[in-house]
Amino acid sequence: MPEEKMVNIYIMNKQYEVPAGVTIMKAMEFAGYQFVRGCGCRGGFCGACGTVYRKPGDFRLRSGLACQLQAEEGMYLAQIPFYPANRSTYDLQELTPELSTILTHYPEVTRCLGCNQCTKICPQGLDVMDYIAAAQRGDVEKAAHMSFDCIMCGLCVSRCPAEIVHYNVGILCRRLYGRHIIPKAEHLAKRVEEIKSGKFDGELNDLMGKSQEELTKIYDDRDMEQ
Amino acid sequence: MYTAEMLELIKVVEQTREKRMSETFPRINVEEKNKLLRGFHPDYMDGAMRPVQLGPNKGDALPHEHVDILESRSWVDPADVDLEKIDFDVDVLVIGGGGAGTSAAIMAAEGGADVLMATKLRHGDANTMMAEGGIQAADKENDSPPIHYLDVMGGGGFLNIPELVSALVSDAPICIEWLENFGAMFSKFPDGTMNTIHGGGTSRRRMHFAHDYTGAEIMRTLRDEARNRGVKVLEFAPAVELLKDDQGQVAGAILYNMETEKYYIVRAKAVIMATGGSGRLHINESPTTNHYGATADGIIMSYRAGAKLAFLNATQFHPTGVAFPEQVVGQLVTEKVRGLGAQLVNIEGEQFFYPLETRDAVSSAIIRECRERGKGLTVPSGSGVWLDSPMIDIIHGKGTVQEELPAMFRMFDNFGIKMDETPIIIYPTLHYQNGGVLINDKAETEIEGLYIAGECAGGVHGRNRLMGNSLLDILVFGRRAGMNAAEKIKNVKVGKLNLEHAAEYNQELDKLGLNERVSPILIPDYRYKISG
Repeated sequence: MPEEKMVNIYIMNKQYEVPAGVTIMKAMEFAGYQFVRGCGCRGGFCGACGTVYRKPGDFRLRSGLACQLQAEEGMYLAQIPFYPANRSTYDLQELTPELSTILTHYPEVTRCLGCNQCTKICPQGLDVMDYIAAAQRGDVEKAAHMSFDCIMCGLCVSRCPAEIVHYNVGILCRRLYGRHIIPKAEHLAKRVEEIKSGKFDGELNDLMGKSQEELTKIYDDRDMEQ
Repeated sequence: MYTAEMLELIKVVEQTREKRMSETFPRINVEEKNKLLRGFHPDYMDGAMRPVQLGPNKGDALPHEHVDILESRSWVDPADVDLEKIDFDVDVLVIGGGGAGTSAAIMAAEGGADVLMATKLRHGDANTMMAEGGIQAADKENDSPPIHYLDVMGGGGFLNIPELVSALVSDAPICIEWLENFGAMFSKFPDGTMNTIHGGGTSRRRMHFAHDYTGAEIMRTLRDEARNRGVKVLEFAPAVELLKDDQGQVAGAILYNMETEKYYIVRAKAVIMATGGSGRLHINESPTTNHYGATADGIIMSYRAGAKLAFLNATQFHPTGVAFPEQVVGQLVTEKVRGLGAQLVNIEGEQFFYPLETRDAVSSAIIRECRERGKGLTVPSGSGVWLDSPMIDIIHGKGTVQEELPAMFRMFDNFGIKMDETPIIIYPTLHYQNGGVLINDKAETEIEGLYIAGECAGGVHGRNRLMGNSLLDILVFGRRAGMNAAEKIKNVKVGKLNLEHAAEYNQELDKLGLNERVSPILIPDYRYKISG
């Protein structure tokens, strides 16, 4: 770690000297924070550590995940570990993958002003406004695929003048697509039936009764699918 | 961004690529593997372990970091706790809000139980969320649960508990169908056929995936379903001690609100422990792929309650942790990178091991390549070897890396490294707790009323888990714990609550002169240093 080079960052308006280039999460810990909120997987998957910041002399509001974003001189930052969100309750099995379903559960998608702030702030670089547009048209499949990499950090929600909760629209579309649009796997249903009928019980019991030596030999000799 | 020296070394990898791509490095047999592990796996290094001095596993050698947690006092002074004032009175208490806990909660509620889930951080904050590569299930024509069984046993050194493995492989397709019904977006062909690939140690292509967000997709889908079903969840309220009743059965827990510092007493007819793993203990002083909350909380609470541990001396080091750039050292590079064809290459551009051997073997081979043979690369954190990721696009077509490994691509791209164009540098990283609290195939412990599911449990994976069997494990045993607990509570009457087990444990520690530490530790302490 290039600890010889230090930079000053401002965590909620307090100045700290931290090693240049470390992630904001590690920089905050170096500064003395022990997280309860605002820290999760530390690997860019969980959305716990959404962070907004500005740089000196620049009016733009920037964003990132504290676990991925690197400390730079003069960064002026705050975490947004939680943002209140509207969430609809539904029985997925009863739904149909169409526009009326989306409008029933999240009618506010039609209030989108097209300002694109959601896309601009997304730390995953998703085209958030475009997947909301797809949802507005009832294009569940497109919204599902476009929102797939969403980590539900909620930064989009914090910026939306139409008060849309984008990530909840996204997961509704993904679950509709996964359950009702893409066909079920026939080989899977067949295998489940075979298991429930006890087809493999005998063979499994036989293996369970084998010694370590017997298993080792069968294992070394087993054929590998290429 | 690579250094000039690294860019020079990449040329060596590029020069040998065409030749290597036509080579298949030979697999090793069981005997060769055992020799490799004894020589280089961190589990076998001198001084890595010491015997624990009290409790059901007294005398067993375990990693120091685990022993430190086990030889620690209870958070609460049993004499000071008023157990008459019950804050939550429920049928089933689920401790932990990851994949195992959420599966358990959904199934317990479906079985008619009144369920409360208590979780240390947010619902879904768990290693489940970070599992990238996939989930195994033998659901293709050329595969079967018995074939899966054999792969699991071989991966675990043939020491796995047979009834647990049988449950794992038999329930696997049932769990995938369960998720399919919840709308989880597995990668499929247009006719619905599951896209499946190999993982380390699999003899069939049975790795199901959702790009490289497999665990995240499973976790958010389960969480959404639990929310739709109205499962009650307390966030930022970890359990710090189990409660028993006067019959000696587990009958609830003490929760600690991390924000208000208030304690809650929960009375329950059954408790399902699903607190996950222990990577944040940094066993062997290793960096880890694990979630912030992976601190072995369930292990110590169950142990104080009298439950026996199994295979906790077997720690999994994932072969491919990030070794460069320094900012993300230790983070996971999914096994799917090798599943898609990337080879392991040393500083001289040579392939040195079969890339899809079991994880314990591949990690040991990488350590050997660097330590004994001196053919590793030098990086700021120590050593590493190449993982030749550009091979993936050459094999499967341009754009495959970005399509199939978006999270990996995004992570490296963030630091100016295009993994579809240049190889990446990796080294083994602390990844998984192979053992845990011993369970049976109903997810029960020997302690009445205490169920365990997921990484906190031990026995399923023997000494080494295969890729894609932990996402499976959390579902199989989470569901079983939930279903069995819901059935069990119909005939349970809870007596007077007590903390005698914790008081006795504290007294035993006093006698041993071990009264300094307190556990569970709940969260790691990285203040004033660069760590984690």
